[in-house]
Amino acid sequence: MMRRILPFVFLLPLLAHAQGDLLDELNKTKPGTDYTIATFKGTRLVNGHTIETKQAGTLEFIFAHRFGPLDGGVYEMFGLDEAFVRLGLDYGITDNLSVSIGRNSADKIMDSYVKYKALSQRSGQKSFPFTLTALGGVAYSISPRRDDEPEGFETVDRLAYTGQLLLARKFSPRLSLQLMPTFIHKNAVSKTVERNDHVALGVGGRLKLTRSVALTTEYYYRLDPPDNDVLEAQTLSPRYNSLGFGIDIETGGHVFQLVLTNTTSLTERTFITQTQGDFFDGKIHLGFNVTRTFQLKKQERR
Amino acid sequence: MRFTILFSISLLLTGSRGFAQQRFVLEQSSISFHSDGVIEDIAATNTNVSSIFDASKGEIAYLLNMKDFQFPKKLMQVHFNEKYVESEKYPRASFEGKIVGFDPAVEGLQQVNAVGRMTIHGVTKDVQFPGTVERKGGMLAMKANFILKLQDYAIKVPQIVWQNIAQQVEVTVDFNYRAQ
Repeated sequence: MMRRILPFVFLLPLLAHAQGDLLDELNKTKPGTDYTIATFKGTRLVNGHTIETKQAGTLEFIFAHRFGPLDGGVYEMFGLDEAFVRLGLDYGITDNLSVSIGRNSADKIMDSYVKYKALSQRSGQKSFPFTLTALGGVAYSISPRRDDEPEGFETVDRLAYTGQLLLARKFSPRLSLQLMPTFIHKNAVSKTVERNDHVALGVGGRLKLTRSVALTTEYYYRLDPPDNDVLEAQTLSPRYNSLGFGIDIETGGHVFQLVLTNTTSLTERTFITQTQGDFFDGKIHLGFNVTRTFQLKKQERR
Repeated sequence: MRFTILFSISLLLTGSRGFAQQRFVLEQSSISFHSDGVIEDIAATNTNVSSIFDASKGEIAYLLNMKDFQFPKKLMQVHFNEKYVESEKYPRASFEGKIVGFDPAVEGLQQVNAVGRMTIHGVTKDVQFPGTVERKGGMLAMKANFILKLQDYAIKVPQIVWQNIAQQVEVTVDFNYRAQ
């Protein structure tokens, strides 16, 4: 038996050589890791962040705008008479590290973020199931004026901090889902109604309708929030979990996001802990985020 | 005894393969494309192509990952992959065919034609384009230049939205091979 097979074993190298399908050969010898791109279209989902960071050398100008509540009636032109604005700039230092500054008209808050994409979703040789981005933010409230500061109010009382983990998976080219555990510390609070520390869990996602249009949604659930009855007893506005829906429309260097949300704030400190509208009671605000990306540094040719 | 003879013959056959076959593998690769747009030019380069050229038969194949195309503008790179060539669905592009008119015995520049099947965006088409092959010892340089119509490969570009993308691109192939 062995004697019969052996001659053919020696001829095997010739057989392999005769096959000659070069493309098949290349297909076999080309492994590699495929990094997932475009989990979301923008760096913002509705009000809050997505896992996306700006790529190295790109600057994004974000003009975000929220109108008054839709239930304002004809007198308020269904909210269009009122305006809350955030003007912001995001810049990519590296492909995974971004910084951001912004100015909110609501409560006159200056905010700043550092965002780092620590892990990237990828398939192939070194696959990994999701993308993880860490976000750290500081918000400085310019209101009240120095002259109007209450007794004992110090500069540090104007500050609040945000720490957030953004965890997202692109399940298919159409569907991406995101989780956002969030911690917020406010230096100054009214101790009778709320604590300094707030914890919230956000969930969100996007569904691509066409290659340039996508639906988005975002919900932040506050763990152990202040009691609305206590707030109302002190003649303060009740607070709700923030909820938003959006449509992303992408045209070249612009992303246009049309949103419906129950908050007028555009920074974590306020929209997570101080959203004052009940979405299901008509306190819905129309708004938009418009972004324009500029390539400041051209990529070096390799 | 019989075993030894067979073994020697087999060795001889495998050994001689290298001379007769003349296989070349890529040492340096570059496939780039550009188009002069209305608003701005579009250009990208892929330097991560893999290819084998079998000089004895004139057979060639190359394979590339679409995501390896590097654009000067990174947002454009994301749009290219996500919206136009759909790299998640069709991650690779390839060419397989023959280099017609190449004489492996000749050193120096030769005018040749590439004839074969090009696959981009999941669409395979029969193509033919001219180029040059220059052989210097164990090194071989292959160059080609051709026009590629996006429509042929079902790559849709919305003119209203992206006026700066032309309907065709000029592709430049620049491969440097070394004998295997």
